[in-house]
Amino acid sequence: MRKNLNVIAAYGIMMGLIILVGIFQSWNIALSIFNLCLISAVMTMGANIQWGYAGLINFGIMGYTALGGLAAVLISVNPVQEAWNAGGSNILFSLFLIIGMVLAVRYVLKKYEKSKIRTYIIATIIILGIIIIRFVSEPGIEAIEEVDPAKTGFLGGLGLPIIFSWIVGALFAGGLAFVIGKVALGLRADYLAIATLLISEIVIAIIKHEDWLTRGVKNVIGLKRPAPYEVNLQQTDWFINLVEKFNFSKLNLISDFTERQAALNQFVIEGSSVFVKLCYSGLFLIVVIILLILTQKALYSPWGRMMRAIRDNEEAANAMGKNVVKQHLLIFVLGSAIVGIAGAMLVTQDGLFTPGSYRPMRYTFLIWVMVIVGGSGNNFGAILGGFVVWFLWIEAAPIGLYLVNLTTAGLDDTHALKVHLIESVPYFRFLMMGIGLLLIMRYRPKGILPEKIEIK
Amino acid sequence: MDFLNATILLLNYIFVPALAYGSQLALGAIFVTLIYGILRFANFATGDMMSFGTMFTILFTWYFQSVGISLGVLPTALLAIPFAIIFMIGYMLLIDKFVFKYYRVNKSPPVQLAMVSIGVMFVTQAVVRIIIGPSDRRFFDGEKFLIKAGEFKEMTGLNEGLAIKSTQVITILVTLILVSTLFWFLNKTKTGKSMRAYSDNEDLALLSGIDPKKIVMITWIIAGILATIGGALYGLDKSFKPFTYFNNMLPIFAAAIVGGIGNPFGAFLGGYVIAFSEILLTYAYRKFFMYVLPESMEPGGLVQLLSTDYKFAVSFSILVIVLLYRPSGIFKGKVL
Repeated sequence: MRKNLNVIAAYGIMMGLIILVGIFQSWNIALSIFNLCLISAVMTMGANIQWGYAGLINFGIMGYTALGGLAAVLISVNPVQEAWNAGGSNILFSLFLIIGMVLAVRYVLKKYEKSKIRTYIIATIIILGIIIIRFVSEPGIEAIEEVDPAKTGFLGGLGLPIIFSWIVGALFAGGLAFVIGKVALGLRADYLAIATLLISEIVIAIIKHEDWLTRGVKNVIGLKRPAPYEVNLQQTDWFINLVEKFNFSKLNLISDFTERQAALNQFVIEGSSVFVKLCYSGLFLIVVIILLILTQKALYSPWGRMMRAIRDNEEAANAMGKNVVKQHLLIFVLGSAIVGIAGAMLVTQDGLFTPGSYRPMRYTFLIWVMVIVGGSGNNFGAILGGFVVWFLWIEAAPIGLYLVNLTTAGLDDTHALKVHLIESVPYFRFLMMGIGLLLIMRYRPKGILPEKIEIK
Repeated sequence: MDFLNATILLLNYIFVPALAYGSQLALGAIFVTLIYGILRFANFATGDMMSFGTMFTILFTWYFQSVGISLGVLPTALLAIPFAIIFMIGYMLLIDKFVFKYYRVNKSPPVQLAMVSIGVMFVTQAVVRIIIGPSDRRFFDGEKFLIKAGEFKEMTGLNEGLAIKSTQVITILVTLILVSTLFWFLNKTKTGKSMRAYSDNEDLALLSGIDPKKIVMITWIIAGILATIGGALYGLDKSFKPFTYFNNMLPIFAAAIVGGIGNPFGAFLGGYVIAFSEILLTYAYRKFFMYVLPESMEPGGLVQLLSTDYKFAVSFSILVIVLLYRPSGIFKGKVL
């Protein structure tokens, strides 16, 4: 118990801060911060598995997040029958062509020795394949995008409950990670960082511009929810009764009936959105706890020991007969799959998919700040990092405003400098993140909760 | 005649813009490569350092414009660049003293330095946005075109016009002067040679009495010059927006690696490789084929290999291919 004291203290402080936000700002804000903290925690766990366990640097988090989001769309949206009729066959045929192309390349790779001719053959297959696929898919894509472009203009999804997308998102992201890992894992650490960063940009470019699949920058809105809708809740009897019970003392102070009814209505409206957020929190918390148990088990298993051995001394691990390449690929896929789950969770919570919002600053570098600040290699640290950094990211603006007002208290309210500073308050979050990261890297390089390996 | 028209068309829409864009990338790529070769880390703050330098250029340009100093047909920014460079170098040395030095002295692994550079990226980005704001800014003044499309048509009697912006010419000229001075410095002067020696083999260089502090300082100074000029030229040619600069980091990295990271000449050429392939692969060749081919064979579509949306994706794909087949880059990297 005693050695875990700092963990408990850190989490206690974090929870206290969120509760303070609930008391002073509103419970709505506090819960939305809490939910995004949970999603960030899932992302950091994914990144932490790769970086903390195996020392693999992955700057492609944005790409996996977006793929998870795409999974949410493809699973939950109802299929657009007209679009399928218009161009579905072309798309399916192109899909078969792509599979055929991959198989052909694999066949050539297996059958022939490495040589210049083989490289040329593969290049020809790929180039010819791309040209044929473009010819086949173009009319289909055009037809699909013409089907009611204001509302659909894409193939739609499977129409299943959105919860399934969390698993499918993991599969998508894992699949992409498998391909990237096969290609790029042999690179040196900083090359790998750059390569994954650029590949994630390619993924975003594809998601943004292939309108037939993702609707692109037109966004997909109004996704199904795993939680009840506020409007429905506000008319449900048991919910109104529940809210009444909760606010009994306050309501009793109001004697006038109509006023009491109005106040109750207000409470119901507020309560409904809090309740919906609580539903999400519950779902996310389940995911976080399951992942935490699994990753903790993995960390202390023989497999986790092997991963640390590979991380700390690749050559020695290799000499002991461990397959470094295979284990690296495995952990790369696992970590990315977890990030994919987070991506799907994020879209589930927002109820909309906006490819334009995926930016490396928010989805790659911020997640890395979380991992480093929290403590790489320590799952509790990673989760804490997600909480602390997201909390600061949101609360940086109010804090910045307070600081600006404090330092420029002597100036007139219309003073140019003061106005300018108050306008630029949103950017203080970058400053705070940067300085925080630099300080942690310098004075506590292992993070708030450093990696601690107990030998059991 | 048709052939001439086709050539002018390609010159106007592909060659000149790609040359200018390539020069801007080349300067950034040399910046990345120098830091990588001598300080031994991938600098993720590249784009934001460039925007930091450009910000000073803009501030000085505004100041000069307000007191009425101008260069006539040339943009005032050219006058502002030297002053901006001074501030930029100060900022670079400050960052080095308070941030990077600690890790260099402790011989931290390159990955850790790369992480630290992400911290610097956040801070620099915040400072730029707090000082000048996140919006789009144009600070170009003076004569906009060297040759206007209409004038060119009248002069030559061709159907296709060739428009050359003065910023494009300035970009190419300044890049050539700067890069040739840099190569002269690296290859002929004693300091330059010791920089190359340090990059090649640190221990050996230390043994032969090269002062690492001096090498590092000069690297930051050169880097500051490159970043400011590269950023200012990009801003003159297009416009200044902090977010675009951050994004430009990606093709710059691609250029540096394609050329062979640590190799300035490779980075220089890598910039053009990336720029040309981006523009060549996303240009719609329909008009070109209309001129070249007989009428019966005119193409129906746009004859575009990839839509312009995939501009960035092109350069990244090239990078991935290069990394797979020649991880050291086209021009063998890691020798400065």
